[in-house]
Amino acid sequence: MSSWKENPILTVEHLTMRFGGLVAVDDLSFEVGRSDITALIGPNGAGKTTVFNCVTGFYKPTEGRITMNRSNGQSYLLERIPDFQIAHHAKVARTFQNIRLFGGMTVLENLMIAQHNKLMKDSLFSIGGIFGISSFRKSEKASVKKATEWLERIDLIDRADDPAADLPYGDQRRLEIARAMCTNPELLCLDEPAAGLNPRETQDLNGLLRSIRELDKTAVLLIEHDMSMVMEISDHVVVLDYGVKISDGDAAFVQNDPHVIAAYLGVDDDEVDEAEAEAKVANAEGVKS
Amino acid sequence: MADFLNTRVGAALKDAVLAAVVTLLLTSIMVGIKTKTEQGGLGIEGNWSLVAWMVLAVLVGRFAMSLLVWRGRNPVANAMQSILPKQETVGKIGKFVGPALLVFALTLPFYGNRYVIDMGILVLTYIMLGWGLNIVVGLAGLLDLGYVAFYAVGAYSYALFAQYFDLSFWVCLPLAGILASFWGMILGFPVLRLRGDYLAIVTLAFGEIIRVVLLNWYEFTGGPDGISRIPRPSFFGLEFERKGGFADFFGIPYDSMHRVIFLFYLILALALLTNFVTMRMRKLPIGRAWEALREDEIACRSLGINTTNTKLTAFALGAMFGGFAGAFFATRQGFISPESFTFMESAIILAIVVLGGLGSQLGVVVASIVMIGGFEVFRDLQDLRMLVFGLLMVVIMIWKPRGIISSRAPSVFLKEKKAVSGDFVAEGEG
Amino acid sequence: MEYFIQQLINGVTLGSIYGLIAIGYTMVYGIIGMINFAHGDIFMVGAFIALITLLAVVAMGITFLPLVLLIVLIVSMLMTSVWGWSVERIAYRPLRGSFRLAPLITAIGMSIVLQNFVQVVQGARVKPLPPQITGGITIMEKDGFLVQLSYMQILIIVTTVLLMAGFTMLINKTSLGRAQRACEQDQKMASLLGVNVDRTISLTFVMGAALASVAGVMFLLYYGVIDFYIGFLAGVKAFTAAVLGGIGSLPGAMLGGLLIGLIETFWSGYFSVEYKDVAAFSILAIVLIFMPSGLLGKPEVEKV
Repeated sequence: MSSWKENPILTVEHLTMRFGGLVAVDDLSFEVGRSDITALIGPNGAGKTTVFNCVTGFYKPTEGRITMNRSNGQSYLLERIPDFQIAHHAKVARTFQNIRLFGGMTVLENLMIAQHNKLMKDSLFSIGGIFGISSFRKSEKASVKKATEWLERIDLIDRADDPAADLPYGDQRRLEIARAMCTNPELLCLDEPAAGLNPRETQDLNGLLRSIRELDKTAVLLIEHDMSMVMEISDHVVVLDYGVKISDGDAAFVQNDPHVIAAYLGVDDDEVDEAEAEAKVANAEGVKS
Repeated sequence: MADFLNTRVGAALKDAVLAAVVTLLLTSIMVGIKTKTEQGGLGIEGNWSLVAWMVLAVLVGRFAMSLLVWRGRNPVANAMQSILPKQETVGKIGKFVGPALLVFALTLPFYGNRYVIDMGILVLTYIMLGWGLNIVVGLAGLLDLGYVAFYAVGAYSYALFAQYFDLSFWVCLPLAGILASFWGMILGFPVLRLRGDYLAIVTLAFGEIIRVVLLNWYEFTGGPDGISRIPRPSFFGLEFERKGGFADFFGIPYDSMHRVIFLFYLILALALLTNFVTMRMRKLPIGRAWEALREDEIACRSLGINTTNTKLTAFALGAMFGGFAGAFFATRQGFISPESFTFMESAIILAIVVLGGLGSQLGVVVASIVMIGGFEVFRDLQDLRMLVFGLLMVVIMIWKPRGIISSRAPSVFLKEKKAVSGDFVAEGEG
Repeated sequence: MEYFIQQLINGVTLGSIYGLIAIGYTMVYGIIGMINFAHGDIFMVGAFIALITLLAVVAMGITFLPLVLLIVLIVSMLMTSVWGWSVERIAYRPLRGSFRLAPLITAIGMSIVLQNFVQVVQGARVKPLPPQITGGITIMEKDGFLVQLSYMQILIIVTTVLLMAGFTMLINKTSLGRAQRACEQDQKMASLLGVNVDRTISLTFVMGAALASVAGVMFLLYYGVIDFYIGFLAGVKAFTAAVLGGIGSLPGAMLGGLLIGLIETFWSGYFSVEYKDVAAFSILAIVLIFMPSGLLGKPEVEKV
């Protein structure tokens, strides 16, 4: 059952994050499988985004170890390296709960910035670029091509030259994912990618995430509140409540775990048995936060 | 009575009376009583007629304006918008304005008199400084209130190298740029992790520190006396002198204008170099990263961009051009003192960048011509012209909070190059 | 030791003046997030109004010093408040909610306007005023070195302490203070809950100007000479003080003002007068490098 334990791309061990007196994440350990879509779920305030911020280096965890095992065999201890190097060297990309696009720049420019490090190198750190050396021009062309491919995949090719802030919400979400993918990540962390999307857009998103796993061979770790989506596409679900892991397994396992039901319905632990009975009535669709 | 006040005329009248009362309060003491120096201390004298005129002017002016021009919440903006062309038209005209201005600048020495060319040199100096600061503030979104420090470093580098090592302008020019960017990095490294207004105050402080040191390090910099007799630049080794210089070599009669014209082309070339490098950088990954940094620093970091290095390059490059401009300033004036490098200079350069429209190269040109050129034209107003200068800054800003040219040209496009409206462009937090 | 105490007294006096101006910066920053560059010049206007009022009152034949000072203080506070209000109304309110750098530029513009306006209407020459309050207490004496606490210094320090105490009460206890704190948090929400945001912001400027004018009166009486340019340096120093203390924090502004005053006096006393500004600015830079939000500022949590 726990295939993610055999070949994890990301191993989180005893992760603890305190803000002053508040313990946002408490002794959390889990694995993310190399070819899985892993979902991190939990009620509001469970510490999911904090985990993301620790993994991507925006927060430095109080305790614990986060290991990224790249496919070329190199390992990185993410809690020790600065955020931009996590994206650059450890190949972990992310999106944000409140979309963070470069609103005043065009859709294409957004995807070009994601390829900054490669272009920077090929422009000989701008010196070659100023003189317009041919290898840089070639590299720039390749980057535009890659961006174009992604724009086709997310169906935004017609809006390539429009400012990103001008796009509708759902398109912005997809663009942010495409932008993260343009950094060539091996692990993609998505913070509530389906928030604010309508059911059709959510379906498209599912397709996109599957293609990212299959075509791009990129592992996906996502935070999501839309249970139907989580249960549909996740290979592995980790459930947090008040910063503590309460369940870990495949979708079916988690769905029937009394602890999860208790956390979501807000009942005491000793009422878990009752809740289990209730949960049989409320199917997966109905269980939303 | 209440009904009358609700009519348009009545409301305008009420508003005008209120404004007049406020004016009366403002001016009663400050204008109404004038201090005058007498024997044995200060005396006072009444100046009430001026107060009466001011109050009357505000009363009539405000009444007329509310009836005729002002509507809505931002009256000045609305009033100006009805008079002036729309942003889209400005954008279209903009394509022709740039080349036209360039042609104008290139040919100016052929028909301008000495006064006009001198003014051209001054305006071009500010254009160059504006373009340099535009990299830092306009592109990278880092608020720098001490840009004049790099201008000073450039000017003093040249003056001191010339004084102590007898180096020529052409050797010192790159040195001045390198030194200024070096200072930019020294300052930048510790402070660039500060955000927003903290960065602003530290850069301001740095500008003041440099000025105070220049002012007080008497043995080295000449203190408040400054450095005089700074050598003039040569034309590929030919001095602009009566005998054996530029005129003799080309077999033309000596004219003191030659040097002025040469200086004009020199600053034009330097400014164009600044523009060329900036435009080029904008299309390179580093330039795009600057703009991305202005838009969203956190997103930049999530994409693996080293934000510290990116900020540092913007800072160093902007400082370098400030240094070049400083070296030019020193050689043009022949004399420099800390007086020329006050905070007001930084403020004026920043105002040019913001008034022109952050990140817009053409905007800097337009703002420099309006502000610096206009300032020189109203030379006769003397004390009043600085007052007008300040008021102009306020009015332009209220009219166009995003500057005269607010749209942004994308650095790369797929099918069609569309200008990005200023409303989408972020201004940076750093 | 005696020298040290004397410098301490002088430093606290100077720091009080800076602190009074710094409050204006920090309040405005707290509520609308802008650097009010014209605030230093409001201080200068306050000093001028005080000077003119003083001359006028004396010319009218009132010579009882406490009464004169009281009139000067009240007139200066009232009139300077009108100036502060007008600056906000003309240059900042039309830009509310607009581009962040726009009000910064109008503030610089207003600063230029105020300076040159005063220069035009009152002349560019420095305005000397003979000392009004003389004498003092000798606290210590050793080997002929006197440690003096002048009545003027006592007046400045006591006034500052009283004003700051009253002011802190105002912010913490009254509905105006509550409205102000609400606007700091979220202007839109505050206005939905019935807070008149425009009026609250105007009152913030009025209060800032009133405090700056008190600083202006003190400056005039303490140094006995003013000109149209005093606003710039005092403004920059006070702003430095506000940032040092943590901009947006009222106790921070007071602490910052005090520190800047002490740093300057001690540096002048023990090292060199010329480099006192360098010392103040360098310490600001160093503090910010290690405490990016100032001494008492709330650390900025980066929201991701």
